[in-house]
Amino acid sequence: MPTKNFNKTPYALTAPGVLFFTALLGAPVVMTFVLSLHSYDFTTGIQSDWTLANYADVLGDSYFHKIFARTFGLGLLVTAICVLIGVPEAYVLSRLSSRWRSIFLLVVLGPLLISVVVRTLGWALLFGGNGILTMIAQALGFSDEPVSLMFTFTGMTIALVHVLVPFMVISVWASLQKIDPQSEDAALSLGASKFTVLRRITLPQAMPGILSGSIIVFALTASAFATPAIIGGRRMKVVATAAYDEYLSTLNWPLGATIAVLLLLANIVIIVSFNKLIERRYAKVFE
Amino acid sequence: MSFLRFESLKKEFGKFVAVRDMSLDVERGEFISLLGPSGCGKTTTLQMVAGLLQPTSGRILLDGKDITNMRPDKRGLGIVFQSYALFPHMTATENVAFGLEMRGVGKADRLARAHAALEQVRLSQFAHRYPKDMSGGQRQRVALARALVIEPPVLLLDEPLSNLDAKLREEMRIELRLLQQDIGVTTILVTHDQEEALSMSDRIVVMQQGDVAQIAAPLDLYERPTNTFVSDFVGTTNLLTGQVSQPGKVSVKGTDIDVDTASAGVGAHVTLSIRPEKFRLSDEKSNQEVRIDAAIFLGSSWLYRVTGQLGELFITQPNTGAAGYAKGDTAFLDWPKGALTLFEDAV
Repeated sequence: MPTKNFNKTPYALTAPGVLFFTALLGAPVVMTFVLSLHSYDFTTGIQSDWTLANYADVLGDSYFHKIFARTFGLGLLVTAICVLIGVPEAYVLSRLSSRWRSIFLLVVLGPLLISVVVRTLGWALLFGGNGILTMIAQALGFSDEPVSLMFTFTGMTIALVHVLVPFMVISVWASLQKIDPQSEDAALSLGASKFTVLRRITLPQAMPGILSGSIIVFALTASAFATPAIIGGRRMKVVATAAYDEYLSTLNWPLGATIAVLLLLANIVIIVSFNKLIERRYAKVFE
Repeated sequence: MSFLRFESLKKEFGKFVAVRDMSLDVERGEFISLLGPSGCGKTTTLQMVAGLLQPTSGRILLDGKDITNMRPDKRGLGIVFQSYALFPHMTATENVAFGLEMRGVGKADRLARAHAALEQVRLSQFAHRYPKDMSGGQRQRVALARALVIEPPVLLLDEPLSNLDAKLREEMRIELRLLQQDIGVTTILVTHDQEEALSMSDRIVVMQQGDVAQIAAPLDLYERPTNTFVSDFVGTTNLLTGQVSQPGKVSVKGTDIDVDTASAGVGAHVTLSIRPEKFRLSDEKSNQEVRIDAAIFLGSSWLYRVTGQLGELFITQPNTGAAGYAKGDTAFLDWPKGALTLFEDAV
């Protein structure tokens, strides 16, 4: 039957992808969720009971509230700074002649070729008490004390912005590429100054790219592990490092799983509602 | 002094000369077309007028004032771009009102004027649509309204009809021309479509590889082209090469044809041009017997390809309602004496 074949084809074609994600993403997520529903005893380990006690623990403890607040605060700050740096960077890139553009695109994307851990350790060298930052500050006479950004919120923010700004640049760059350059000429001919063209014509058309870049940067910051672990350390915990510590230091796997599940849920809620907002605002305008 | 004047405009891109030496005087209210194949420099010329390109040398004068180095946003010209270049994040009204806003017109006033402009192009009911919800023809008219609402001294049209389908294009030609005459705005149209240029313009500037090939009114251009490029590019034509055999006669493939040889001396190699519709094809015996190779019915006319002593020719004959000739038929060819144009440049 030709109709039956027609119905099967899309399923058959997507099956490998679906299987791949089920096995490698779906199964671990489900197992983590199941694990979070068991209780933990320090002498006998993971129990086989079913309980929501872990959730009550995390949601009721001000220690975790602070970690969650710090994580999402960090996410918002890093996203905001990436917008401020990445949007002008992408705009300048789009204005360069094609030869310079490919060179600078490589410069922008180059850091992505280096492991996050290596890059972060590089920042640790800069930020440490006997690092370059201290030497410069002391040489210039700003400070006699060692200046350290290690284990500080500022240090984590700087390192994460450095890691994530290329994602913002790529996203904004893609939407700038779609703009009809004649629409900028048209605005000029209608009496708009170059700055007005940028503000009223170019930026609004790049908005979808800025917003989707923000989603990417926010999601990556909220779930970032390596950078907060190295720069933030034990003193400046975020949700991902807190979950890691529960697993490996306290060995309380169910509590670690609970933290991970809550992070996932919070991320999904924030990103989906932000995306809805974008779609409602821009679907009417852009194809 | 004319309203808009180009003085020896020249534009080079590196070694490439896009416009060599363009001089033109445009009168107030005139509709001028820049016509030529792609790469002839017509769009470059338009962009220099708009201020989007800086000429390498030469001057542009508008109403006696030198605007050559004036910024595009200070020139106040209305431009309709080939892609229409509407602002996708604004409704039709917001698009049209943008130019007024830039001129500091108050909100109530600019909305009223934007609506009036949309009404002028018969789009009032689409005032609140976004460009992506409009058809090509509607977008084109929004672009036109947006360019006209600022009451520009000069309207620049960059192939504005090339993205429309054939029927709509013909309608828009008439509409655009009537609107232009109504408002009386001086207009420069860039096009590669000779029909468009012929049907809309007061005068046509034919361009070829950065040079002006001819400037003339549409009928003059069609009937009295000054070189083979114009005669071939504007309309369709049959080009015959031959040699002047005696004053008033040109020998083409051994046949002597009567034509005004003017300045061409005996022995000169010349090209004769004759439009397909100037021929008369009939059963009345003449000294030009031809065989019909192909007969194509076009509705209002017949297009024939025939072979005779002069070689292969294209001929159009009006459809009179009677059956036309068929492939393989024989017929006789005739033409009025003035139908041939002689060029001294041999192709």
